[in-house]
Amino acid sequence: MQGPDLSVVAFLLLSALTLGGGGGVIFSGNIVYSALSLMVSFLGVAGLYVMLEADFVAGVQVLVYVGGVLVLTLFAVMLTHRIEDIKVSNRGVGKLPGLAAALAMFAGLIAALEVAPWKLPAEGVVREAFPSTQSIGNALLGRYVLPFEVASIVLLSVLVGAVVLSRKEVAEPRVSDDA
Amino acid sequence: MQAFLDTLLGDAVGLERQLGYLAGMVVFGAVVVFGFVLPFAGIVTWAERRIWARIQSRVGPNRVGPFGFLQWLADGVKNILKEDIIPTVADRPLFRFAPYVVMVGFIAAFVCIPFSGDLIIADLNIGILYVTAVTSVVVVGILMAGWSSNNRWSLLGGIRAATQIISYEIPASLAIFPAVLLSGTLSMQGIIGEQGAAPWQWHMFHSPFTLLGFGLFFTAALAEGNRTPFDLPEAESELVAGFATEYSGMRSTLFFMAEWGNLYVIGALVTTLYLGGWQVPQFTYNPVLMNLAQMGVFLGKSLACVFFMIWLRATLPRVRVDQLMALCWKYMVPLAMLSVFGTATLMVALPNGSHTLRMATFAVVVGVVIRFAFKVRFHLKRSRALDYSSLSTGASQGLSS
Repeated sequence: MQGPDLSVVAFLLLSALTLGGGGGVIFSGNIVYSALSLMVSFLGVAGLYVMLEADFVAGVQVLVYVGGVLVLTLFAVMLTHRIEDIKVSNRGVGKLPGLAAALAMFAGLIAALEVAPWKLPAEGVVREAFPSTQSIGNALLGRYVLPFEVASIVLLSVLVGAVVLSRKEVAEPRVSDDA
Repeated sequence: MQAFLDTLLGDAVGLERQLGYLAGMVVFGAVVVFGFVLPFAGIVTWAERRIWARIQSRVGPNRVGPFGFLQWLADGVKNILKEDIIPTVADRPLFRFAPYVVMVGFIAAFVCIPFSGDLIIADLNIGILYVTAVTSVVVVGILMAGWSSNNRWSLLGGIRAATQIISYEIPASLAIFPAVLLSGTLSMQGIIGEQGAAPWQWHMFHSPFTLLGFGLFFTAALAEGNRTPFDLPEAESELVAGFATEYSGMRSTLFFMAEWGNLYVIGALVTTLYLGGWQVPQFTYNPVLMNLAQMGVFLGKSLACVFFMIWLRATLPRVRVDQLMALCWKYMVPLAMLSVFGTATLMVALPNGSHTLRMATFAVVVGVVIRFAFKVRFHLKRSRALDYSSLSTGASQGLSS
């Protein structure tokens, strides 16, 4: 029997979650609400990854983006004094140019989708779900080991830079206590 | 779980089959949550108070029901009936929503926590990664609660909790790796399947490195669960009640339910990764008996871990914030790295593992435990019961001697 597939329903719900969250980020006047809408969007994207059988990527998406990036964003937002009174929108260019830029971006993305060579399964072939963790591990430590290591060097330099920036300047050597 | 649903659904296809799966999962999940998780969170509050009382020479709750066992139900009813107060300056929607986020992060972990060889809601391929990921959602709920209360203590408590949880996530995740390396899979049942029923076949005793990994994972999990000695977010002498200060009634209960229920999550994770999970010797081919025995073993090990955590809470003082961060970044992260690389090196050097190393590690641990037990026995024998009636009459004499 051919009825509406539950996976279609799930896809629509997850897309609504992702887009709704994204809308909340942009249109909310309160930056704390924007940050929390971002969580909804991240979770929706994780759900979409699951639907694409990329279970490992979905897990990492929640772990890194919700557990790491979002929490750090919330730190910055919540520790800022009277954050609710701050206007975060950039009023410099006005609404119409902004809308035009968004539409140009949209057209570009649609064009890219049309051009991209998609690997689709042959008609009527149902592929078995297979674990993606192993193939990701093999790819990262095999074919893509150089980009992987370069990315880790970038992260290391970011960490060192953060330590240098946040360190207090020591003006003069401390006088020892037992003098 | 899927196999069981397959037999139940027979030859239904298409939408009917999908709806059947959905209904089956929802029913089984509801049974786990309402039949096990929530009662467990309640009962463990009673157990914890009784065990503390015993350790500190007090009586503890002993009035409601036999041994005071029904105290948790009485507390629950009291909390439901209490007024739900929302401060006028609080951010109302976020204030109301925060306990649910915490609860979702905590309960979602149970999807991947096994109960026996066949009983698990879903044995996901990325099991342990999934549990780590969903429990990190709890941080967002705690931050939400701290900020929306619009109270300095709450905000400080929330920030403390979040810093602590995201810092200790790193040693905790690193300490998961030795067990995952040895098993070659992230799935919970797969990790258990690689271990044996006998204690020396557990991942914990594979080598000194995995023993280190076990200790680090347990400590980091305590810190992630905001348990003593790492319960700074709720340090009542400094922060009133931390992020939960403004909460009352059922909303406050939800936070504490997640915290106490989390004890079982930690116990179950430790059991799965390092303590052999539900492994029992194959003594019968009856699947029901086998599953019951496995369930008993798994629950027994997890509850032993829970008891150990309660014991720690009654014994240890709280650490300071700077000590907390120094412990995490200066000691636990490097040691966790050592544990991961040591295990990996050993796996390359000895692909089949070394039986002597296993038995030696096991013997050392058993020796330490026996030595500890004798020491405790020695001190218990030497300790004298204080006669409080004589203290009240000659207080200065009794104290100075």
